[in-house]
Amino acid sequence: MTQKILTTENVHLYYGKKEALHGINLDFNKNDITALIGPSGSGKSTYLRALNRMHDLTDSVTVNGTFMFNGHDIYAPNTDTVALRQKIGMVFQQPNPFPFSIYDNVAFGVRTAEKKSKAELDEIVEKSLKQAAIWDEVKDNLHKSALSLSGGQQQRVSIARALATNPEILLLDEPTAALDPVSASKVENTMMQLRNQLTMIIVTHSMAQASRISDKTAFFMDGHLVEFNHTKKVLLDPDRQETQDYISGRFG
Amino acid sequence: MDSIRESLLKKSKATKKDRFARVITFSALLLIVVVVISIFLFVASKGLATFFTNKVNLWDFLSGKKWAPGQTNAQGQPLTGALPMITGSFLVTLIAALVATPFAIGTAVFMTEISPKHGAKILGPVTELLVGIPSVVYGFIGLSVIVPVMRHIFGGSGFGIIAGAMVLFIMILPTVTSMTVDTLKSVPRHYRESALALGATRWQMIYKVILRSATPGILTAVVFGMARAFGEALAVQMVIGNAPLMPKGLTSPSSTLTSILTQGIGNTVMGSLENNALWSLALILLLMSLVFNIIMRAIAKKGAM
Repeated sequence: MTQKILTTENVHLYYGKKEALHGINLDFNKNDITALIGPSGSGKSTYLRALNRMHDLTDSVTVNGTFMFNGHDIYAPNTDTVALRQKIGMVFQQPNPFPFSIYDNVAFGVRTAEKKSKAELDEIVEKSLKQAAIWDEVKDNLHKSALSLSGGQQQRVSIARALATNPEILLLDEPTAALDPVSASKVENTMMQLRNQLTMIIVTHSMAQASRISDKTAFFMDGHLVEFNHTKKVLLDPDRQETQDYISGRFG
Repeated sequence: MDSIRESLLKKSKATKKDRFARVITFSALLLIVVVVISIFLFVASKGLATFFTNKVNLWDFLSGKKWAPGQTNAQGQPLTGALPMITGSFLVTLIAALVATPFAIGTAVFMTEISPKHGAKILGPVTELLVGIPSVVYGFIGLSVIVPVMRHIFGGSGFGIIAGAMVLFIMILPTVTSMTVDTLKSVPRHYRESALALGATRWQMIYKVILRSATPGILTAVVFGMARAFGEALAVQMVIGNAPLMPKGLTSPSSTLTSILTQGIGNTVMGSLENNALWSLALILLLMSLVFNIIMRAIAKKGAM
């Protein structure tokens, strides 16, 4: 039996009075890649952002439900969001490196967490960039601005930056949606190389991407979790009519 | 066929309107350019007359420490040393900017990051109001509050560089603050989100990401404030003491380029050396504002990457 690293139960989320998530129950296996698919506005990104408490930034959002990460309640009042977000990292849709050098970008999360020697930092930066499969492209230009890179490279630097704090879970919110197909496939390769090293949860609009990289797939619609199963099963032989309609392109 | 041909060759009403609008905007632009160039030419011709007509040595002018254009020294050279005023101008400007910068950044961070609600409701309108207060009011407050306080603390008359710098600090603070606020607001939201998502605390996010990426904009704001301080005449004149002497300390009466200018320009005869020497001071002011402008552009260019 595989180990559950993150379990969520009966997740309700409100934007003001409007309910955006209607009781989601989802579990994530350790070191699996789970894809969240569904039409725009189905709540998959909203759900993803609840997993590392990014909704804390917005006053009007209320989150209810149980989120257990390694047996610890994420929304417990004494949870340190800083430590939590180092363990559950996030990569956004737009490649968004800071306007600093590549090195400073990757070292950012480590530096904010604790004081490290130059040698330790160098090592972490190199390891993270290698993990994100971009080391060979940038190793000679570590002190160039990260904004001078191409979109795909920027996104992989963003992944390296998230990996540098050594997270157990990586949340990816449509990480390839803003990229051209070649860059997108490089980012996908990066994710494939990272599988078995950490748990990844990815929101994607591309069914093809979900089928290429994910172990399990969850289909969201209108704030409900419609179907959750092995990717093959969901995409080839879904149990529910809505899922069938969505993946065959009848709507969405 | 001919009617189509004719309508294509004839200028339509819309084309004529288009041309009319272009003429109007171009004339407006031309007028501004002519005005700016005239100002430069006028100030330069007057200011340079000191050196060409009255044969004052440029170096003596810039480095001389005695300002009494009506009198001559032992060699028969007029006493037109502008160094005391140049020093005074730079000192008040630098001190005002040094004091204003931390306050401006602190206020701006509070208004944009810590408490945007209060920032938008109370602090924003207040800073805008402060920008609009006439400088004579600031000068009057300086005269009736700051000068007595300085007198109490440091002794002497209370007039001097520090009093001038304090008045300027209060005057430029709202300008620098509101420009810094604009810069901080223009930092993309995703920088904030990704900083927090990487496990930064709020303070680390502000300090290491927002302020760092806003540095060029903040510098521009400070230089803009300095340009304003450098050119301010009235408020400074009211509190600095207006003694055209090398500042002996920060609390002894001194003067700035602008304060000597406003004081003297009405009491001299056009075309005389006394008058021309004042125009030379004005020329320095003009060139300095040009320098401030160039610095701001350079920073903006570098910041844009």
